[in-house]
Amino acid sequence: MGRYVVQRLGQMVPVVIGTTFLIYALVWALPGDPFAARCGDRPCPQNYVDRMTAEYNLDDPLPIAYLQYMGKLLTGDFGQTFSGASIAAELAQRYPITLQLTLLAILVEVVIGVAAGVLAGIRRGGFVDNLVLVSTLVVVSIPVFVLGLLAQVTFGVRLGWFPVTSDGSLYSLVLPAVVLGSLSLAFVARLVRANLVENLRTDYVRTAIAKGLPRQRVIGVHTLRNSLIPVVTFVGADFGGLLGGAVVVEGIFNIPGVGNMIFRGINAHEGATVTAAVTVLVLVFMIVNLLVDLLYAVLDPRIRHV
Amino acid sequence: MRGSTRRGAVVAAAVGLTLVLAACGGDDDGGDDSGSGGDGGSSEGPTGSVSINSTQPENPLIPTTTNEVGGGNIVDAMWTGLVSYDSATGEPGLAVAESIEPNEDFTQFTITIKDGWTFHDGSPVTAQSFVDAWNFGAYGPNAQLNQYFFGPDGANIAGYDAVAGQTDDTGAFVEGSATAETMSGLEVVDESTFTVTLGSPNSLFETIIGYSAFYPMPESFFTDQAAFIEHPVGNGPFEFVEEVPNTSINLTAFADYAGDPKPQVENIEYRVYADLDAAYADVVANQLDILDKIPPVGLAGDVWKTDLEGRSASEPLTTRFTSMTFPLTNTEAWADPNLRKAISLAIDREAVIAAAYGPGNYVPANSWVPPGNDGYVEGTCGEWCEFDATKAQELYAQTAGVQGTLLISSNSDGGHREWVEAACTSIRETLGIDCQGDYDPDFGSFRARVNANEITNPFRTGWVADYPSIQNFLAPLYTSNGSANDGGYSNPQFDELIRQAAGLEGQEALDLYNQAESLLSEDMAIIPLWYDNGQRGWSTNVNEPQFTWKGYVDPLSISVQN
Repeated sequence: MGRYVVQRLGQMVPVVIGTTFLIYALVWALPGDPFAARCGDRPCPQNYVDRMTAEYNLDDPLPIAYLQYMGKLLTGDFGQTFSGASIAAELAQRYPITLQLTLLAILVEVVIGVAAGVLAGIRRGGFVDNLVLVSTLVVVSIPVFVLGLLAQVTFGVRLGWFPVTSDGSLYSLVLPAVVLGSLSLAFVARLVRANLVENLRTDYVRTAIAKGLPRQRVIGVHTLRNSLIPVVTFVGADFGGLLGGAVVVEGIFNIPGVGNMIFRGINAHEGATVTAAVTVLVLVFMIVNLLVDLLYAVLDPRIRHV
Repeated sequence: MRGSTRRGAVVAAAVGLTLVLAACGGDDDGGDDSGSGGDGGSSEGPTGSVSINSTQPENPLIPTTTNEVGGGNIVDAMWTGLVSYDSATGEPGLAVAESIEPNEDFTQFTITIKDGWTFHDGSPVTAQSFVDAWNFGAYGPNAQLNQYFFGPDGANIAGYDAVAGQTDDTGAFVEGSATAETMSGLEVVDESTFTVTLGSPNSLFETIIGYSAFYPMPESFFTDQAAFIEHPVGNGPFEFVEEVPNTSINLTAFADYAGDPKPQVENIEYRVYADLDAAYADVVANQLDILDKIPPVGLAGDVWKTDLEGRSASEPLTTRFTSMTFPLTNTEAWADPNLRKAISLAIDREAVIAAAYGPGNYVPANSWVPPGNDGYVEGTCGEWCEFDATKAQELYAQTAGVQGTLLISSNSDGGHREWVEAACTSIRETLGIDCQGDYDPDFGSFRARVNANEITNPFRTGWVADYPSIQNFLAPLYTSNGSANDGGYSNPQFDELIRQAAGLEGQEALDLYNQAESLLSEDMAIIPLWYDNGQRGWSTNVNEPQFTWKGYVDPLSISVQN
């Protein structure tokens, strides 16, 4: 187990290097001079452009500029935004918010998704089953930004149940989290339902029923636990998708999270900001997936990491 | 057994999380009650809190390097200059200055400042505060974005060149070329008096120094810049409280503010929105107090008028002007003025505005200076800005015509693609030639091409005035070496008139500016398109606020409803 974890951590190094280089190269390769838009309808003073160019090593060839950037990154220096703010401080301020949003979304997706899947699975073809099928279909077919604006106008502006945009409280993240998690919720519900239906037909379930175990225990422990393995895989992989999806949702609900930061960074051609934010994103994603893999062993004792 | 304990743990964790959620939901039932009165007990003095939409300032809050809206609004609330502009008319009036005395040819000004002004840190505002700030802004190695305001394009203070340093042929700053750190034209006479000598006569000096680049700086700025950036200190009606990065910047009324009128509201939150649509939704739901610009989502179908009934307004802005510029230096294709006139005649401005922005949201332009500015004359563009299909065709037939497809360059975001498409339709139908938009994805990429003089077809040019004067709509844009002369337009007669006007005052100066403007209509190298209207909304928590000549909310006019 320990060796497995070390091995996995070791694999992260090349992945992080590869992704940061790609992102760094892509952002600085965006067409257009990053400093051209900073003085409105007239050119910026040349000494300002020179100073900024030197500060971000833009005169050097890409690999050198990248190495200089990584060198700083390794010493914990994430650099500065164009406005002179520390990127590290910004990350520290924004990551908790995005993680809160993402975890809330996962909570929504797992709790509601599993419940809906179980209810649909145990009475296959019944009313609840059809209801879940139809409603998940609707959710899957609506793009997140439409869903987000719709939820904002309906529950925020018209009904006033939720704050329209983020005000810093956890409560104001609930509506965005539901929107963010809704797509995955639909997948989880369908995944649980399909697995449950399949597992209910297996031999060990028949044995358990024949042995006289109560129905709740058969479904709740024997069947559900086995049906959850694909769900855990899905949720782990989906974590990255949710972090990415946060870009849209954070924009709609004006949540000061990482998605917003990346979006602004790309627009402003701030290579350092985007690379730093994405690097941390990649790290978080890989650690979560490691945790997921370790969780398999917990759910299914036959899987052992040596 | 092992299984059940694990399950227990999972359930417990889930329940725990749910409880945390519920608790967090519970304590915040009221939502964000920004602007709900506040608790200022006394009947006098500022009361209440309001929120205003903003963007994240792109630069540190230093007046000489803040040139965009997000930071500019905050800087304007935190500082008061020698001169300030009347919020309704844009008329300059003395603020920190007791008097500004020019000599007879407007090359030297003696400035006396009022007693009793202090910075937010308690230090006094002296003549030195201004002189030091201006020298800092002009000094080349400091690379301040508003540097040019001290040079020939702005106030033109004597000795600017030595302080600013030189640029080589490629435009790069020459290291070590700044030979002085202070401008010889600035001289401190005593604690409250200083003189300014200019490199050339400039009757507009008094107007120009109302711009934020000319704000004073406290001594602490020069000793510890890093600390200043963390906590900026001004001398204006509102002082800095804190910045929550990318979320909000909070100001509070400065108790010892020496100016007049005094602030009526105690706290202002400049709330950062990445997307104006979110701000619009907030103001509709009364969760944001003041929105200074209605985004397209609200303008479409005029829904903002019903969404914000009784708490919104629209008025013409005197500061913004959109035009189309022909490049004259990198191609010969547009050298014929008749061709430029024919294209201008072929654009049905009214129809383009209706198609792109909704009727009435912009005003067709027939002059190079928006109405509301001193010296505005209606119709200086004359017949050339009126849509006339027959005349356009006749004139076009006399020219060599457009080779191939007529391209119009612009950035495609910000609602610009829409008008380019509509203008192309108008030109295509009138002249029977192909017309297409040539887009860059964002303003940055577009400006990069304009600055590099790469565009060889007509392109979009917009202008937001720095200070309220007809001069600012003409000199930087159309003089041969103007800092924002994108098309390379050059007319010696125009340059001469602008130069002469700078040495005159009042009507005499305006006459010369008007003469210069009429030259533009002979050449039509830049064709006027439209002036902006400003639409804004506010919540039920505040009284109707006033907006400045620039089109942004005047913080001194904000008051909460009782």
